[in-house]
Amino acid sequence: MLTATGLSCVRGERRLFAGLDLAVGPGEWLHVQGENGAGKTSLLRILSSLAPPAEGQIFWRGAPIRELAEDYRREMLFLGHHGAVKEELTPFENLLLAAQLDGAPLDETEALGTLARFGLRGREDLAVRFLSAGQKRRVLLARLAVRKATLWILDEPFTALDVKAVDMLSALIEEHLAGGGMAILTSHQSMPLPNGKVLKI
Amino acid sequence: MNAILAVIRRDLLLAMRRKSEVLTALFFFVIVVSLFPLGIGPEAALLKKIAPGILWVAALLATMLGLARLFAPDHADGTLEQMVLSPTPLGLLITGKIAAHWITTGLPLVLLAPVLGIQFDLDAEALGILVVALLLGTPLLSLIGAIGAALTLGVRGGGVLLSLLVLPLYVPALIFGAGAVEAHISGLGAGGHLSLLAALLALAVFFAPWATTAALRIALE
Repeated sequence: MLTATGLSCVRGERRLFAGLDLAVGPGEWLHVQGENGAGKTSLLRILSSLAPPAEGQIFWRGAPIRELAEDYRREMLFLGHHGAVKEELTPFENLLLAAQLDGAPLDETEALGTLARFGLRGREDLAVRFLSAGQKRRVLLARLAVRKATLWILDEPFTALDVKAVDMLSALIEEHLAGGGMAILTSHQSMPLPNGKVLKI
Repeated sequence: MNAILAVIRRDLLLAMRRKSEVLTALFFFVIVVSLFPLGIGPEAALLKKIAPGILWVAALLATMLGLARLFAPDHADGTLEQMVLSPTPLGLLITGKIAAHWITTGLPLVLLAPVLGIQFDLDAEALGILVVALLLGTPLLSLIGAIGAALTLGVRGGGVLLSLLVLPLYVPALIFGAGAVEAHISGLGAGGHLSLLAALLALAVFFAPWATTAALRIALE
């Protein structure tokens, strides 16, 4: 369960939002909405512990995330605007190395299976720079499937995806929620997922 | 420990795919060092006297060349964010990155230095001391450089700032590193200089990853 009370964010001279409360429980997801520049990404960065909030506190299972540190990060996965995908490496290498850095090495057959599920069969050994924008996003999304995290924080996960990939990602999130997971995401599209809450900034 | 090895493997793999970056620094080192004997002329005694200084200054500058690229690509594609958010402590991952930087830029310099030293009429023993001094000194350059690279991450015109920040900090390594070979040539023995260099390295191994990590956290906030 993730709760936050009285969050505010200041960027330079401007106050983006203030007094923001939110709560996400097991099986629930939060749809963060707002205009461009409203502070959606800033909120997600604060919730993921990348940046400290100007005011307010965030609790994970009742304990402040600042104190939990690594215990919180083990259960949380943040995917931002940037891919964190290395252009020089193949999708297969990207997936294996990212898992190793997280201290949870991945089985090679599992990695190949996941890539196939995301429609990257036959592209495993091609450097990522030869892939299209949508395919790069798919490599990134493959991480969602292999990293065992309870809380997903996704910034615009549907960008550059085709219809089929959008369905695939929706199914993946639904599966995650059904298993007691939680998700917080920003998107300009409406999403047909159960147990959703909307937060307008 | 596994995480450190994983980062080293990853960075070495990336360096293999981007060979030009590693080779540029290496060729720079070879060419700068080779220009001096050509420019000064074949005066054995003079060349022998200036050899340690030239080899060390060239090593400093060659290390500087790739320093700005230590964290910049990972910063640009979001990998650094993922490292900060990884369950693995950031300090370990950064230690791995610095180690990989030394393997790709420092170690080749150490291996090439004795070959280049021959141009300066250094004898076998002096070449041995040069290699030991560089072996202790080049990791120090990578460690100190990483702090500078982290502090200037995302700053416009960071390259110039980085040199201004880091080169003064390289002075002790330069003095003791070049001093070791000079002391040996003049018959004083290199032990003292090498011990001081090793002490600096021990201090930096302990302190630099911590400072780098702190600087990176600030850069990403």
